[in-house]
Amino acid sequence: MAGQKIRVLMSKPGLDGHDRGIKVITRALRDAGMEVIYTGLRYTPEMIVEAAAQEDVDMIGLSILSGAHMSLVPRVMELLKSAGMDKVKVFVGGIIPEEDIPALLQTGVTAVYGPGTSTQVVVQDVEVAVGKAAL
Amino acid sequence: MTNVIDLDAVRAGDRIALARCISQVEDQTQAGRQALSALFPFTGQAHLIGITGSPGTGKSTLTAQLAREFRQPPAGDIPQRVGILAIDPTSPFSGGAVLGDRVRMRDLAGDEGVFIRSMASRGALGGLSAATAAAASVLDAAGFGIILIETVGAGQDDVEIVRLAHTTIVVEAPDMGDDVQAIKAGILEIADILVLNKADLPGVARAERALRSALELADSNRPFNQGGGHHRAPLEHEPVFKTGWRVPLIKSIATSGQGTSEIHRAVLAHHQFLMDQKKWDAKNAERLTSELERSLREELYRTWQRTVDPHTYRQMLKQILARRVSPQQAAIDLLKQPKSSK
Repeated sequence: MAGQKIRVLMSKPGLDGHDRGIKVITRALRDAGMEVIYTGLRYTPEMIVEAAAQEDVDMIGLSILSGAHMSLVPRVMELLKSAGMDKVKVFVGGIIPEEDIPALLQTGVTAVYGPGTSTQVVVQDVEVAVGKAAL
Repeated sequence: MTNVIDLDAVRAGDRIALARCISQVEDQTQAGRQALSALFPFTGQAHLIGITGSPGTGKSTLTAQLAREFRQPPAGDIPQRVGILAIDPTSPFSGGAVLGDRVRMRDLAGDEGVFIRSMASRGALGGLSAATAAAASVLDAAGFGIILIETVGAGQDDVEIVRLAHTTIVVEAPDMGDDVQAIKAGILEIADILVLNKADLPGVARAERALRSALELADSNRPFNQGGGHHRAPLEHEPVFKTGWRVPLIKSIATSGQGTSEIHRAVLAHHQFLMDQKKWDAKNAERLTSELERSLREELYRTWQRTVDPHTYRQMLKQILARRVSPQQAAIDLLKQPKSSK
């Protein structure tokens, strides 16, 4: 039976080493029946887009707590576009100041999550964004 | 989602086309099956290398290091394109999976000659997923000369890989068990190359002794025994592709790259050995036979599933739950059922 599993790449671009949040979300997506490729820390936008291509994912989750989101996120979006991977959706989580959120959404990310977000919300948003049900 | 696969792009090594093709193959879609058939004549070139062992022995790090050896071989050798299939377990409860092998393969990013694909086991047992062989065929047809297959870290029964790979590397680490573990059937038996990784940890001398004596024990059971001691009659069921090869034990520290060039050399030596002894073809024949048999089982099941009357099936299940019919007998009866008349 064609599985059509949701595949998500979870990655931390930039240099911060706080990986608690990304691991919580990774685990929540797994528990919702998705296949989650976890890359770990210190990936560059180039490495993230290349990994997303090889893994043929539906969505990318970026976790950034370093404050570099305004340079890292637009770069990922640009690279996806130039690789012809516009269909791959992106969400962002971490410590993102309220005033930066509109600009990030402008780049095409589907959502920006801060501390305290329910994992259920993230799971549902991913399902809606990629247009498939988990399981 | 478009299901059209551009086979020319796959063969030319286009990464997005290749990735999509593997997805279709993994999901066992119609398009995936057709692509596999079209690509199959172009397969048979790659050297398939399995990397297996218990969780935490350092398989991913070692896989990455080995990939690097093939990418940057000693002067005079041609760098090979390397495909990596890294399998991690699917949760039996949620059906989801965390595929984390890329964490240890970060340094390979940016190399155009390397393609890494993480695969969830999706319920298959034995350390691989049902589509691993098919995904390897796609990489093979796309011109990857070396395909490294990292199994789920399972342990004693993680032996499916030996059917798929030409060369199987078993990775052990110090303090993973006593010497009785080492002579049990299963994982050690399938090794063409045995690696004792994490050789900087305490307990390495003891682990090395245990592994070496396990290897010697195995050797003394073989007809080509070169050592002294008792000469036993050769075992009749010794797999053909194993005989004549002395399994090397190599110590390594994968995190620093120590020992990895030795492993690389052992892999090349094993390749040469398979070629010289005409065992390469025998190995391929064995693998394709088992693939045919597995496909037959799956196809028979699918065909049966389409014809079985759901009502009869539910009735039979009730009989089993009531302990009136055993599942084994039920299977036989269900196969005898006349096709549903719809």
